[in-house]
Amino acid sequence: MNNSALIHITDLVKTFPMGKREFTALKDINLSFSAGEFSGIVGPSGSGKTTLLNIIGTLDVPTKGDARVIGRSVSDLNSKDAADLRNKHLGFIFQTYNLLQVYTVFENVELPLLLLKIPSEKRREMVLQSLEWVGLTDKIKSRPAQLSGGECQRVSIARAMVKSPQIVLADEPTANLDAKNSHTILQTMENLNRELNTTFIFATHDEKVIQYLRRKISLEDGQVVRDETIKG
Amino acid sequence: MSLALKLAYRNLMGAKLRTWLNVFVLSLSFVVIIWQKGILNGWDQQARRDTINWEIGGGQYWQGDYDPYDPFALEGSHARLSVATERAIAEGKLTPILISQATMYPEGRIQNILLKGIDPNQKIIELPSWELISENGDIPAMIGKRNAKNNHLKMGDYVTIRWRDANGTFDAVEVKIVHIFKSNVATLDMGVLWIPLQKHQKMMQMDGEATILVTDQKIGFGGSIVGWEFKDHYLLLTEIREMIEMKSVGGYVFFVILMSLAMLAIFDTQVLSIFRRQKEIGTHIALGMTQKQVIVLFTVEGAAHSVLAAILAGIYGFPLLAYQASVGWAMPGSTDDFGMTIAETIFPAYSIGLVLGTTLIVLITTTIVSYLPTRRISKMKPTDAIRGKIQ
Repeated sequence: MNNSALIHITDLVKTFPMGKREFTALKDINLSFSAGEFSGIVGPSGSGKTTLLNIIGTLDVPTKGDARVIGRSVSDLNSKDAADLRNKHLGFIFQTYNLLQVYTVFENVELPLLLLKIPSEKRREMVLQSLEWVGLTDKIKSRPAQLSGGECQRVSIARAMVKSPQIVLADEPTANLDAKNSHTILQTMENLNRELNTTFIFATHDEKVIQYLRRKISLEDGQVVRDETIKG
Repeated sequence: MSLALKLAYRNLMGAKLRTWLNVFVLSLSFVVIIWQKGILNGWDQQARRDTINWEIGGGQYWQGDYDPYDPFALEGSHARLSVATERAIAEGKLTPILISQATMYPEGRIQNILLKGIDPNQKIIELPSWELISENGDIPAMIGKRNAKNNHLKMGDYVTIRWRDANGTFDAVEVKIVHIFKSNVATLDMGVLWIPLQKHQKMMQMDGEATILVTDQKIGFGGSIVGWEFKDHYLLLTEIREMIEMKSVGGYVFFVILMSLAMLAIFDTQVLSIFRRQKEIGTHIALGMTQKQVIVLFTVEGAAHSVLAAILAGIYGFPLLAYQASVGWAMPGSTDDFGMTIAETIFPAYSIGLVLGTTLIVLITTTIVSYLPTRRISKMKPTDAIRGKIQ
């Protein structure tokens, strides 16, 4: 066991009921992620990428085995502790952005800070800083419906990064974007990873994302078939 | 909770038209419920005031055998007034009324009536008894507007009345209608003919006798009279109280219908929200909210409709209700014939208790209705909610 690992997964199995039978989504997963990694879990649809990301994100629990995230076993967390862990240490980036349509850009990015009960002045400062990272300070009053797909995903990144989490989990972040926007987004995330030493874990099958990864974990039928370091 | 309030406010303001439609419907409920209850309160207050001022004063003493619901008892329900009682009458503390059965023949038709004798100089009740002061030989009589209308009588008309005196002898006389009064208290009017007390006592061979004694509201009487029973406001206003209670039941039905309509809108919005905003629910959870916190947020959001509705109702309802309270609500002419104490114009009476009570009821009901659909959130799988997968 790597003691410096932020995430440590041991013999993890995840099954889902399918009628009278069970479907095994993840089987015997053993993985560790350290601080500052820019890694991706890659594989075809149905290979278990999102399930693994959900378990790391404390949104789901393993059926067997253990997943420790920042020293806490996901299986042992009650809903309040899991929410607390997500609130303080995890950021999420979704394929469909999941921005709240009735909120402005500023309000969307501000939301995680409200949950952390950060005072208003400090909150404003942090939101503006985060929007500056993604180059959207001129759009703070816009609503998601007024933004392009690329801009929406940048808002989503700003929302994930605003509290400077230790880990950002990105599920197919470029699936709805064109090549140009995908590269802009990935460059932004790569810069943030280098500047803030935030661990990024992607679930993707997009080649555009894969070329940015420094570590590629390939999943097939719920099993890790390769774990390779691509760049130094 | 402050976070839930803040986010709920943002969500509601962000939802714009959907929010304001619900708020408007709910505000209508506020205004109509308060208005309707105000009308009932106003009616109740006016009816009590009129009945006290015109009929029952500070309470009544009834001769021991008197029963207003038993016409057969009238024959024996009278008694001579004691010296002490006569003194109280002279001091303006009491006024006697003698009641007997009689028959009136307006335009040759037979009409059973209650003949009531009252002192023309009394000042205890507002009945215009001074109109019965007569200086010629006619027996002056006055009737209420409803009675006059039903019997086609007008001022100056003579009408024959027939009665049976204390000895059982029938007698008849013509009385002159000297005044037709207008009163909201129907029991003074319908089927009643008022004549001077002394004339009535003489006609009935019941000198110095009376059936009831009305006490003065301000001075009161306070003592007890042997053979007479004191009836207080609570008993004497029973009919009005029961009528208002009956109307209130009807009012509650109206209240429930109105509330149901408003709550249906809120419930519908909440149920739709839970289904349509699953991705939002999942996102909140991913960002660090517990399912319980999301339930609180959605419940507060639903309940906040009633807070906004109360504010909106205050903005347009306050001037509207204040205007209504100043001009009143004119009753249709036919209500005169209903036989109940009701003014031509009812002035609604609103109290702080009524407004606060209604607000509290609407707020609690809205909160419960808002909470019920949100329980579904606790059964949602966050991983499916994030994807907006219908669960």
